[in-house]
Amino acid sequence: MRCRDVVELMTDYLEGALSARDRERFEEHIAGCDGCRAYLEQLRLTLKAVSRLADEAIPEPVQAQLTEAFRTWTSTAR
Amino acid sequence: MGEGSELDALRRGDEAAFVDLIQRLHGPMLRLAMAYVADHHVAEDVVQEAWLTAIRSLDRFEGRSSFKTWISGIVINHARSRRRKESRFLTFTSLLRGDEADRRGPTVDPSRFGRDGAWRELPTTWQNIPEDRLIGAETLDRIRSAIQDLPPKHREVIVLRDVAQLDAAAVGDLLGISAENQRVRLHRARAAVRKSLEEYLA
Ligand SMILES: [Zn+2]
Repeated sequence: MRCRDVVELMTDYLEGALSARDRERFEEHIAGCDGCRAYLEQLRLTLKAVSRLADEAIPEPVQAQLTEAFRTWTSTAR
Repeated sequence: MGEGSELDALRRGDEAAFVDLIQRLHGPMLRLAMAYVADHHVAEDVVQEAWLTAIRSLDRFEGRSSFKTWISGIVINHARSRRRKESRFLTFTSLLRGDEADRRGPTVDPSRFGRDGAWRELPTTWQNIPEDRLIGAETLDRIRSAIQDLPPKHREVIVLRDVAQLDAAAVGDLLGISAENQRVRLHRARAAVRKSLEEYLA
């Protein structure tokens, strides 16, 4: 495997979608290649940073309004 | 709290459980809405409408999917219909973008590799970048705009998988796409965001 091909297999690797044989060749390449190892690490850190986009607090008025709607549903729906 | 007991708690009218849920899922659902409607206020609206729909439908939710998958589907429906209403504002370029979605081709600039297919210059390690820079406000802004710049079909996949943290099976069901198709889109989306971060962090 060449670096140029290895970078295109990174998602399949992370998703566990490579065949056993390809996975083995991929891991062998990574073990011996500083560049591809660094690239994979960059991808992992990218994913870590992307996941932080979820950290956004619900605005107080929205929470109050939804809670009120939930309360109404609880007391009237059934 | 497990899925089943979460749903039971909601049906019992457990307000604390409800508040916990909307607090936990607000961020992911807001980003999801913004995969379809770019305006923050419109996205807030969409998420709120989705919760109101969810509350009204709680008795009908059968628990075949996870609660998060279910509410994600409701958010997507509301967001798509909002986008359709506002589609008269879409620019010509953004309409053209749809075709890019499943195009193949390298995700890393070919000039970074030599004729033998090996790196000319190795990617740098990010291991030494301090946490407060890697996930700092400016970096997150950069990521948000990188995601907004993606073709819509890539955007929805990366947000569902990497922001909302749904699993591949749930996302396949929600979007009605094959596992392979999802991986292609996810790969291109992640590679584009990585590239944008690489330029920013350099
Ligand atoms: Zn390599």
